[in-house]
Amino acid sequence: MAEFSLPKNSRVTPGKTIEAAAGAKRARKIRVYRYDPDTNANPRLDTYEIDLDKCGPMVLDAIIYIKNALDSTLAFRRSCREGICGSCAMNIDGTNTLACTKATESIKGDVKIYPLPHLPVHKDLVPDLRHFYAQYASIKPWLQSDSPPPPDRERLQSKEDREKLDGLYECILCACCSTSCPSYWWNSDRYLGPAALLQAYRWLIDSRDEATGERLDELEDPFRLYRCHTIMNCARTCPKGLNPAQAIAEVKKMMVQRTL
Amino acid sequence: MSLRSNLGRVKGLGSAKQGVHHWRVQRLSALALIPLSLWFVTALMGLVTAPHSAVVAWLAQPHITVLLLALVTALFWHAQLGLQVVIEDYIHRPGRQIAAQLVVRAGAILGALAALVAILKISLGIS
Repeated sequence: MAEFSLPKNSRVTPGKTIEAAAGAKRARKIRVYRYDPDTNANPRLDTYEIDLDKCGPMVLDAIIYIKNALDSTLAFRRSCREGICGSCAMNIDGTNTLACTKATESIKGDVKIYPLPHLPVHKDLVPDLRHFYAQYASIKPWLQSDSPPPPDRERLQSKEDREKLDGLYECILCACCSTSCPSYWWNSDRYLGPAALLQAYRWLIDSRDEATGERLDELEDPFRLYRCHTIMNCARTCPKGLNPAQAIAEVKKMMVQRTL
Repeated sequence: MSLRSNLGRVKGLGSAKQGVHHWRVQRLSALALIPLSLWFVTALMGLVTAPHSAVVAWLAQPHITVLLLALVTALFWHAQLGLQVVIEDYIHRPGRQIAAQLVVRAGAILGALAALVAILKISLGIS
């Protein structure tokens, strides 16, 4: 059966509280999931009460402040701080999003931060994304063409054909969508998930790609593609405002189209 | 414990090269069920106070019989396809998964056959 409750050693226990907001005008409690693989302890929820005037406006600024000033043991991924690298994807206030583009002020009450759901956790907010990346690699995310490129220039694409990639090429592979999908939670060993399928569609409709048939063959599977039940969590959570569910629906349409 | 690569695990046994037929039949049967079930419920409401003989006479009309046969076929087929997906989603142990699929399929086929035979018996006047 699918697992609906956490295993015993994964249950989150209350953690320590660090108060660092004495005399603050804008005090805020940041509650962060902590897990240390070096101890045998269960994960815990630590609370840091911080002064928002001492850090930048985004949730990422708040956790960088915590790491720099209050608790250097906190582990998380971050890089570009402008929503283009996808490193700081985490579950903030119940929704998967990028910490660097989520304003702390936009959250009511305590700010609860967990790692992306239903992935193995290396430490604190750092999940194991190897399987997710392997799924991306499995859809062969590169141009496949039998026609040789023109000798004196790049492969041409009309403006209309290029426009078909809008809403697809912007994906930064942060994994917010896939880890928000219940179907992916229960069957991620075989279901490719919204992120990989959106990328698959990005190559399926690229006018320069000639491997459409082989790509569809590889996707035609009750689990790889058809585990999508149009739940739409992917579109709701995408921090880039993309719609993976629609891309998957287009792939399903292509599947039918080639049987008609 | 397995030292297999992540990509190897993802590729697994490869694509099953099926699923389109299931998807299409599930949607087409859903489409067929919209008018058929609306018609059936409306027709039943008109027959609530009718005596047994009137209902039998109604059912025995050829076009009613045909519509009822279509309704029962679409209904059981659609139900089986839907339950199949639920089982694939939530039951992961291979033995239980296969057993559950067989039970659902057998139930759907037997239920459909029983309904079809019952309709035909009334329609053809076989007692």
